[in-house]
Amino acid sequence: MKIEGKQNIWKEYQKEIAEDHFFYVRSCVRQNFFPGSEKTFLRILQYELKKDLFENPSHTTCSGIGYHTDIIPFETSMTMVARQFALMTEAGYENLVTSCITSFGLYSEVLETWHHFPELEEKTRQFLRKATGREFKKPANVSHASDIIFKFRKEIAEKSKYSLVNKDTGKPLRVVEHIGCHYSKMFPSKGIGGAEYPYVLVGMIEDWGGEVIDYPERRHCCGFGFRQYLVQANRGFSISCSKKKFDSMEPYKPDMILTNCPGCPMFLDRWQYAISEMEGKTYGENNQGIPVLTYEELAGLVLGYNPWDLGLQVHQVPAEPLLDKMGIPYDPEMKFRGADGQDLGKPEAPTTLKFYAKEV
Amino acid sequence: MSKTAIIIGGGTAGMETASQLARLGVEVDLIEKQPHLGGHLKNWDRLFPNRRNSDEVFDYLEKGMNDGISLHLNAEISNIRKSEEKFTIALQDGKELQSDALVIATGYEVFDARKKEEYGYGIYDNVITSVELEEFFRSNKQKNLLEGVASKRIGIIHCVGSRDEKAGNLYCSKLCCVTGVKQAIEIKELMPDAEIFCFYMDLRMFDRHFEEMYYEAQEKWGIQFIRGRLSEASENTDHTLLVKVEDTLTGLPLKMKVDLLILLVGFVPSPETRRLAAMLGLKEGDDRFLCPADEHTITNSTEIPGVFLAGTVKGPAGIANTITDARATAIQVADYLK
Amino acid sequence: MKSFGYNITEDRQIDFDANDRNVTVFINEIEPSILLCMGCGSCTATCTTGHFTDFNIRKIHTLIQRGELKHLKKEIMKCMLCGKCQLVCPRGVNLRNLILSIHTALEKSGL
Repeated sequence: MKIEGKQNIWKEYQKEIAEDHFFYVRSCVRQNFFPGSEKTFLRILQYELKKDLFENPSHTTCSGIGYHTDIIPFETSMTMVARQFALMTEAGYENLVTSCITSFGLYSEVLETWHHFPELEEKTRQFLRKATGREFKKPANVSHASDIIFKFRKEIAEKSKYSLVNKDTGKPLRVVEHIGCHYSKMFPSKGIGGAEYPYVLVGMIEDWGGEVIDYPERRHCCGFGFRQYLVQANRGFSISCSKKKFDSMEPYKPDMILTNCPGCPMFLDRWQYAISEMEGKTYGENNQGIPVLTYEELAGLVLGYNPWDLGLQVHQVPAEPLLDKMGIPYDPEMKFRGADGQDLGKPEAPTTLKFYAKEV
Repeated sequence: MSKTAIIIGGGTAGMETASQLARLGVEVDLIEKQPHLGGHLKNWDRLFPNRRNSDEVFDYLEKGMNDGISLHLNAEISNIRKSEEKFTIALQDGKELQSDALVIATGYEVFDARKKEEYGYGIYDNVITSVELEEFFRSNKQKNLLEGVASKRIGIIHCVGSRDEKAGNLYCSKLCCVTGVKQAIEIKELMPDAEIFCFYMDLRMFDRHFEEMYYEAQEKWGIQFIRGRLSEASENTDHTLLVKVEDTLTGLPLKMKVDLLILLVGFVPSPETRRLAAMLGLKEGDDRFLCPADEHTITNSTEIPGVFLAGTVKGPAGIANTITDARATAIQVADYLK
Repeated sequence: MKSFGYNITEDRQIDFDANDRNVTVFINEIEPSILLCMGCGSCTATCTTGHFTDFNIRKIHTLIQRGELKHLKKEIMKCMLCGKCQLVCPRGVNLRNLILSIHTALEKSGL
């Protein structure tokens, strides 16, 4: 592998990312999937980087899930997107930051549509006016939250307490990165590093001490694919896609998988459990899985946040093997306790996948 | 006073046009930006379809560089003026040349394989272009190239940058197919144990003896052809490459490990061709190659009186066709100058 | 093993490196004209069996080259060895001997 070749491609896919004063829009599903991630993003931006960030509780879904499952027409999506823009305009912000990759893709798609078909923008303005009486300005900058963490990755590295280095061997940890399809496969120029060799997660991994694994099925879909998952009978497609990736990355012995989409970490994490139950197959050492983290969770670990504050206890594949390698202390007793120390009960252990360090 | 012509480009087309015009009594200035003549021909080791040494063709062309031809090597053109049927060309070193006719023979360059990002050229260790393979053959370094290769399975990818809207080129480069078959045979000559797979969409063996080469490749050398375009290549842990295609004749996706991947890069008009076309107001086709006055009948003149075209400025062409075309151009120029 | 109401689908992709190509090498050695196929399909177009069953001798040939031997035994039993395929082949491939060689190869390899 010639790193200069990749660097040349990365140079061609740079994008403008706002510096400060962000209007943050949350994801519909991430607070269920990985509940600590969005909170961690706010904590990093507001308390570590001292950035101004604003949220409006009356923002809604962007409608991306409905749009991509063919139950919401594009006109409706455009109007809902226009409403979020109106909330941003009313709050006096112009830099939009999305938590969700599909939202990022949809906002980009709507803006690109309006660029080519200004009459649709005008029509959407009329719809929004009639429905809500609101007006909006288009954002000056649309970034995904992973773009922001990418932009400030070196500042995070300077403040870091832990790095992606195996504390026993001193060697960089080997990380698989997987970006969401709607991040740069729709508009390669809107993603850092483009679609073929995306750099957004690679930059974080490198600056936080890790080593990126380029494995043959790197570009293969995680398997979410909306309709594939939402209909139970179709889930075989979804799990088969994830399995194809696991089979391909396994020989590289990854220490973790890093993702920037709501769907990818969900499926790359949960399907490891399902595969272990269906076929008895696991992909880490000693029947462990390969821990799958969001970029906010990883940034939080690097900054020394308590793993249980990051929500790592809701992962199906335990993150503890990764914490051990990075030398991050944690209290196993506190894993399933609430913020006030209340015992929340312990989940049932999977049949094959190693879930608890010791049998319970 | 005898009439004069300036020929821009000292490759196969420019050399042959110059040689024929000199023979017809025209005084010729031949401008070449490189320090030597021969253009792309100098990068070839052996030529299809008979695998003769390319130097023999160069020697023939060089013999035509007789009296009546003034050579200007290392010469960059800064501008061209036309006034009262005379062309004045200013070179970057301050020199000025004048003539009654102008021949554009600035040819092509090969497609930049880095633009097909998913093929990993310039990124993966064992991905090279057909041009690089030819250079290795030519410089006798071929053993070094292939010694590093472990189990000697080689993939040859057709149509890289050709017939591809994503690469911006809808046209067929015509000669990559035969180049791939020629190079496959040449690799087999050097490494009889090598397994060679050509991944193609159509095999366009259009010219005399091309189809027979394809037959020989299968019959004598056991070269295998898989009909399917490369979708992406990835690097394995051991620096081999995993290629993914559809094997369209079985209707199934296929993956295969290869030790070396050779990309058959197609033709694109050279930047100099496009710069001169813009300078002179010559018409470019949808494929960005230059348009002659008529595609069937007036194939060597342009719509601008006194400006002629020769060789691959008009599209992909092999050596034989380029030489024939150059001769046709010479006759058109000589007629014009009468 | 648990069932969640869906299955893990087997990959349709030909995994060239995982396939055993000993049968392929054996057949190609017995009948080298097999290498001359250019996939035109005139054999299949003229094949009587192919008109009434899903027997496709061109595809069988290609699958063997890839080392895909599933269903091969069942498929070749459909051939009546009439030899019309061979009559139309523009490259002179001895297709009848292809079928016979497959029989021999499968017997030898115990498939």
